[in-house]
Order: sequence, then C-alpha cells, then structure tokens
Amino acid sequence: MTIDLVLFLGLTLIAVAAAIAMIVSRNAVYSALFLVLNFLTVATLYLLLNAAFIAVVQITVYAGAIMVLFLFVIMLLGTERESLDGGRIRWQMPLAIVLGLGIAGELAYVLMRNDAAQRPLADLSAGFGSPASIGRVLFSEYLVPFEVTSILLLVAMIGAIVITRMQRRETK
Amino acid sequence: MILLEAVQGGGFFAYAPLIIALPILGLITNIIFGRRFGERFVGIVASGAVALAFVIAIMQFLALQTHPEGATIPIAEWISVGSLAIQWSIKVDTLSTTMMLMVTGVSALIHIYAIGYMHEDVRLQSDPGRYARFFIFFNLFVAAMMVLVSADNYLMMFVGWEGVGLCSYLLIGFWYEKGEDGIGNAVAGKKAFVTNRIGDFGFLIAMFMIFGAVGSLQFDQVFHWVHEHGLANLGIISIATLFLLLGATGKSAQLPLFVWLPDAMAGPTPVSALIHAATMVTAGIYMIARSAPLFEVAQSTANLVAWVGAATALFAATIAVGQFDIKRVLAYSTISQLGFMMAAVGIGAYVAGMFHLVTHAFFKALLFLSSGSVIQGIEHGHHHIEHDSGEPFDPQDMRNMGGIRSRMKVTFWVYLIGALALAGLPPLAGFFSKDEILADANMENMVVYIMLAAAAFLTAFYMGRQILMVFFGKARSEAAAHATENPPVMTIPLIALAGLAIVGGALNLPGIHTLTDWLEHTIEHVHATEFNVLVAGLSVLFALIAFGLSWLLYGRKTMKEGERDPLRRILGPIFVGMENKWWIDELYDFLIIRPYVAISWFLADVVDWRFWHDWFHDSVLGSAYRNGSRWLAWVFDLGVIDGFANGLGNVTKGASQRLRVLQTGYVRNYALAVLVGGLLVLSYFIFG
Amino acid sequence: MNIPPAYVLTLSGVLFAFGIIGVLIRRNAIVIFMSIELMLNSANLALIASARMLAPAQEALRGHVFVFFVIAVAAAEVAVGLALIVAVFRSKESIDVDEVSSLRG
Repeated sequence: MTIDLVLFLGLTLIAVAAAIAMIVSRNAVYSALFLVLNFLTVATLYLLLNAAFIAVVQITVYAGAIMVLFLFVIMLLGTERESLDGGRIRWQMPLAIVLGLGIAGELAYVLMRNDAAQRPLADLSAGFGSPASIGRVLFSEYLVPFEVTSILLLVAMIGAIVITRMQRRETK
Repeated sequence: MILLEAVQGGGFFAYAPLIIALPILGLITNIIFGRRFGERFVGIVASGAVALAFVIAIMQFLALQTHPEGATIPIAEWISVGSLAIQWSIKVDTLSTTMMLMVTGVSALIHIYAIGYMHEDVRLQSDPGRYARFFIFFNLFVAAMMVLVSADNYLMMFVGWEGVGLCSYLLIGFWYEKGEDGIGNAVAGKKAFVTNRIGDFGFLIAMFMIFGAVGSLQFDQVFHWVHEHGLANLGIISIATLFLLLGATGKSAQLPLFVWLPDAMAGPTPVSALIHAATMVTAGIYMIARSAPLFEVAQSTANLVAWVGAATALFAATIAVGQFDIKRVLAYSTISQLGFMMAAVGIGAYVAGMFHLVTHAFFKALLFLSSGSVIQGIEHGHHHIEHDSGEPFDPQDMRNMGGIRSRMKVTFWVYLIGALALAGLPPLAGFFSKDEILADANMENMVVYIMLAAAAFLTAFYMGRQILMVFFGKARSEAAAHATENPPVMTIPLIALAGLAIVGGALNLPGIHTLTDWLEHTIEHVHATEFNVLVAGLSVLFALIAFGLSWLLYGRKTMKEGERDPLRRILGPIFVGMENKWWIDELYDFLIIRPYVAISWFLADVVDWRFWHDWFHDSVLGSAYRNGSRWLAWVFDLGVIDGFANGLGNVTKGASQRLRVLQTGYVRNYALAVLVGGLLVLSYFIFG
Repeated sequence: MNIPPAYVLTLSGVLFAFGIIGVLIRRNAIVIFMSIELMLNSANLALIASARMLAPAQEALRGHVFVFFVIAVAAAEVAVGLALIVAVFRSKESIDVDEVSSLRG
C-alpha cells in the first residue's frame, strides 16, 4: 500500500461523495458548492497524473468561472427548495437510479479489464504537462481549433446576450 | 360495200353493248322528260328505244352469219376477290342472239300496242299521271332481260334474273291501290316476288356449288371443266343442276312454284303479254338450255326436268279447262306450254325447246294482247251503256262475253289465228314447234310423250271453248252487246304478231332445220329431229277431235246468259276441281303459309318479346345487373374498400393513441429513453 | 505517481454514471446543468488518464490539448445554457423542467 494509492483512494472517496451530495442536495446553492468540491478533487487528481497545466486551468476556469456563473444564476432566479419525490413521474427516479447504476457497473467492468490500463506507468521527463509543452502543441498542430474556439466563445457571448434580451417590442 | 365489209369483218359485234344501253337511255329520258312532254313522247321514246335495240340484235345476227362462233365484248370488271373474278361482258352467240331477237322484236310490238292500251287504261282507272311510269318500268324490264340473255357468266345472268323479277313485281302491282280489298294487286306482286325468291335461292345454291367445284362462274370455263371432270364429280353436278332446276321452276312457273303466274294477271295486259308469256318466264328455259353441258352429264336431273315439265303441262292444262277469266285461261295455258319447253330441254331436245319458246312468244303474246283488246272493247261497251250502275262488273269474265265476233272483227281473226297456232294446227307455227317436241319425246321417253300428248289435247279443247264462249253465240251482257273495236295503234301490232304466228314455223322446218344448224354453234350434241309422220298425224287428229268436242259442248248450243257451263254437268266434281285450280293455293296456305306465319308470330311475340325481352332481359339480365351493382356498391365498395380505408385510419389512430403515451412532454423522460438506448448499445458492444 | 490507470478510468466511469443519474432525477434545470458539467468533467479525467498512459510519446500531450478545448467549450456552453434557462424562467416563472411540458402528445 503505497502512499500514491492511499492518496488516490482518499481523493476518490471525496469525489464520489461530493458527486452524490450534489445530486441529492435540495438546495441548489449547496449542489453548486459540492460540485466545486468535486472539481477541486479532480484537479488534484490531475496533478497526480502529471497534468499540471490542466489542473490549474480546471481550477481557474471550471471551478472559478463556470461555477461562479452558476451561482450567479442560482441567486438571480431565486429557486425554492425542491422536493425529491420525482414530481409528476414517480417511476422515473427508481428507474433512473437502476439504469445509472447499470451503466456504472458496465463501465467499471469494461475499464477495469482493459489490458492497456493494467501496465505500469512509464517514467516521464520533467516538462510533461507543462504550459510550455502544451503551448508548443497547441499553437502548432492545433492552431485552427484554437482559433475556432475563440470564435465559438464570441458566438456564445453574443448568443447569451441575445437570448436574455428584454423583448419589449413584441408585447405591443 | 362498207356495210358488207363491216358485216363480214364482224364489226357489228362491237355494237352489242347498245342492246342494253338503249333501253336504259330510253327510261332515263322518260324519267327526266316524261311528264313534261306527254303521252305521245313517252310512248315513242320507249318503243323507239326497244325498236333500236331490235336493230342492234339484227346486226348481231348478221355478224354471226360470218362469225358463227360469236364474240364476247367486255364492258366492265365487276368483282375481283380472291379467285372470284366476275367480268361484265356481253356474250354474242347463236343462243343468246336468238333470245335477243325474240325479246326485242316482240317487245317492240308490245310497246307500240301499250301506247294505245295504257292510254285507255289510265283513263279508265282515272290516274293519267302513271302513263310515263309504265313505260319506264317496261324499258327497265327490257334492259334487265338483255343483261340476262347476254351474260357470259352465271352471276351476271343472276343479276338480270333478279332485275326481271323486280320489274315483274313493279309491273304486276302497277295499280297498287286497286284489286281485292284495295291491296289485291300489291299482294299479287308480293306473291310473285316471294315465290320467285324460292327459285332464286336454288339458283344461288347452284352457283355456290359450281364455284366451289370449278373455281369460276364463267360459262366457257365451267363447261370446259364439266367436259374434263364431269363424270368424276357426278354427285356435285347432279345436286347443282337440281338447284338450277329449282331456280328455273320459280322463274318459269313450273310445279310446284307456278302459283304466282295466275295471280300476276292482276297487272295490265301488256305486262302479262310481255313478261308472263314471252320473255321473263322463258328465262328458266334459257338458263337450262345454256347449261346444257351440265345437264348432259347429270342425266338423272335431266330426267327430273322432263318429268316436272310434263307434269306441269298436263296439270296446268286441266286447270285451264275450268277457268272463266279470259286471262286466267291464257295464264294456265302459258304454264302448260312452259311445261312443254321444260320437258323438251329435259329430254335433251334443246332445239325443240328453243323453237317452241320463240313460236310460243309469238302466239301467246298475240293471244294476250288480243284478250286485252277484247277486255278494252267490253269496258268501252260497259261505260257506254251502264255508266257505273254500281253493280260489280268483271270485264274479264267470259260469261259476260259472247257474240263479239261481229263487233270486233280484227280482234276475232287474230285471236283465232293465235288459238289455232297454240293448238298446233298446221301450217301455223305452233304445229311445227310442238310437234318437234312430241317427236323427240316419243323417241326418248314414252311416258313424257303420253303426258304431253294429253296436254296438247286439252290445249286444243280449252282454246276451242274459249273462242266459242267469247266470240260466238249471243252477247250475254249489255256490255258485250256494245263492245267496240280498238284503234289501229293496238290492232296493227296484233296483225304483225299474227303474221309471225303464221310463218314462224319456218324457223325450223323439218328437213330444212335452220334453227338446229344455227344453235349447233352454241349447244353441242344437238341433232336434227326427223319428221315423224305418225306423231304429227296423231297430234293433228287429237287437236281436231278436241275442237270438235268443244264445238259439241259450246258451239252447237251456245251458252245463254246466266247458264252454267255444260262441262260441269258432265264432269261434275272434276270440273269443280278444275275451276278451283285443284285448291293448290289453299293447300299451300294450309301446309306452308299458316305454319310459317304461326311460327313467326310465336318467335316474334313469345320468344323474342315475352321471353327474351321481358323475362330474360328484365328478370335475368336486369336483376343480375341490379343485384351485382347493389352488391358492389354496398358490400364491396362500402364494406371492403371503405372498410379498408377506414380500417387503415382506425389502425393508425389506435396506434398513435397508444404511442402518444411516450410523448410525455417531460425532458427527463426523453433523456431516460436516450439512456436506455445507450445502455442497450453498450451492452451489445460489451457482451454481444 | 504510480496509480494503476484502470482505477482512474473506473472512477471517471462512475462519476459519469452519477452525472447521468443526476440529469434524470433532478427537476431543477440548473442542477441538471451541473450534472452535465459533472459528466464533462469525468470525460476530462478519462482523457488525462489516457494521456498519462501514453506518455512519454509525443502524442500523449494531445489528451491535454483535448481537455483544454473541452473546458473552453464547456464554458461557452454554460453561458448559452444559463441564458436559455433565464429566458425560460422569464416566461414560466419556474425552472422546474416538468413545467416545460407543453409539447406533450
């Protein structure tokens, strides 16, 4: 039982618990916060997997920007606490849980038996996963996707503004 | 000079088509201009056309002197279908020219007579507008008769055959609104047509058979074939000639199809003279004579022809004895004489038959025209005296005549000549021709000879009876007492015909048999008959005895007014039979006409109308159709088709109603569905 | 660090399944959206793990680049998605997805 494994198991527990809590929680704000916890846990795992740049990006963008946006909207809309009884379709929740666990089981089954995943990990050079190395790849091989992504962000921005625009003229 | 050269060159043959064209031209002229220019014009045009045709016939005769084999002048091509090729050509040979001369000659004389006769007749019947019509029909008849005798194939002959039949019908029913019950004449015309039709049917069947066997209808080709294959196909030829005999029986009024000829006397007298004595009725004899090669081969049919002829001759003669209508006596006499001719051609004596045909034309036309003259005279007397007293008066009844000899002298003498010629007293024409037939019969067929001799005896008797009743004694009616002679336009043709009746025997005097030599060029196997003194003497003796008998009965004590016929006392019921023509018409009516009409009524009323139309159409077809359409509409259309269409709709509706459950509207349900699908696919990839 | 990548991948699968369950159970639109983010995140984890497996090959960094793009796109997507939710909230006065069922058949 090496320290890596213990660390990994602990992180796993926290991540899964946070996920379950997010799903189960009745308060939307609590769900968001639990999700943030989950993201942080996963970022730590990234670090363990030598993906330093991505870990930081995850925290900065995902947990920092996206989840903040979520919280803003939750607070804007002022949602009440909802009950978890399944509302008008009572049979949905049991079925969904069963099927979801079925998916989980299948995925676990497949992924645990993957041969490639059983081999021990190779040693790495120091620069693996560093911003420099990723930047090198990003701006040479993946330049076009990079530019497209920028346009995508522009479009999303415009879209968000358009959708939430006040439609005063149409009420006349 | 040129004429002689033309004659010798045979150039006259080319004029032969005119013999048909001239009467047609005459009738067309009369159709267009007849009414405008009056009776004289019509009469002259019509008689002139026929007289010119007679001239053409003489030209043909002259041409044949140098070219006795004759010629065929083509006019037009008529039918050309498969192997049937019918040309319309004029065959000028000795046989056809004999007929042409006789027909046009006698016809011309009768036309001239008719100018005067119809002038009186239309005024007596009070319809002067019909004068032109008579001559138009008369010319048409001559044209058709010319087509008949000049044909070179059976089909063209049949065209002429039908044509003369048509004209006979038109002319018998000339006064179509008069007669018994106002339709008597029309009925007589219809009777003639229908009876002729039966004969025509026979002719047609014979033509079909000949064509089937030979492949052609042309005379020369048929006769050639008969010479080659005649004995091999005896059966076919026998049956074909049998049907030809049927045709001749109809047209020439033999047993059993003679019944139309006495009724045909309903027509004006020139019609009876021309058509029903001299020309149309001889067409059958001519046809058999023309078909001599066939009859030579089919001996059994030829025998039958002779028997039919002889039987007819005797039978008709017995009826003639008991008739009181002057024209009826002559009608039955015609039938009897036609029987003579038929018997002659039946036993192979074609020359004798043709000889008698020609001479009979002379004296029978003479007798008919003279009887017409007598009737006209009586009518004149009737109108002069009685001025339509209202009582029915039959000018043709011999019992209303008597003592006319002194009042109508010319008529009396020509009538006497005609009667003596008919009876066969030498040296008149009838003696030579009838005697030749008797001589031939004596040689060939004894029974036929006996029948013909008996008929000849009766012929002399009834002619004597007629002469004595009409001309001798005292007038039995006022009309007869005031009868007047007719104008020359009528009496001159009578005198001309009387002259022919006297000298006509010269055509074929025994020893100098001109006609035999003449016809030898056309008909084979003709032989000159030797003069049989015994037969000749016997026939003259019988004729004189018959005349004597008639004088005994009718001459010594002439009949008084209202007195019954003395023969009735002697013969009793036999005379009644003779008078009633042995009830043949009644027999036909009973045996044939009544069942036929009954069958027609049955077929028309019951079978066609009640069964077919009412029951079958309405009940079976109608109801079947109605039921079928009802089934189609209700069961099939509404039930099946609509059911199918509606069913589709219902199925779709049901299915959609059931499937609508899936459209909950909840996003989460849709997401769940996606998950289920994804799970299934994943399972398939992992475990499948 | 020597963690068998199989465990990491299994973790990502389990998180993914939880994300699915979240989408299907919750009626709050925003919480559903967050569950979707969870699913995206689990995918990122799988990618990083795979990249680590392939290291030190040159292609290994592709996984990182991929995750980079996923995060960028997720950001855009969240922006638009939340805008939509706000727009729906304006007309419906509720973000219960069960309310948005006027297309029911």
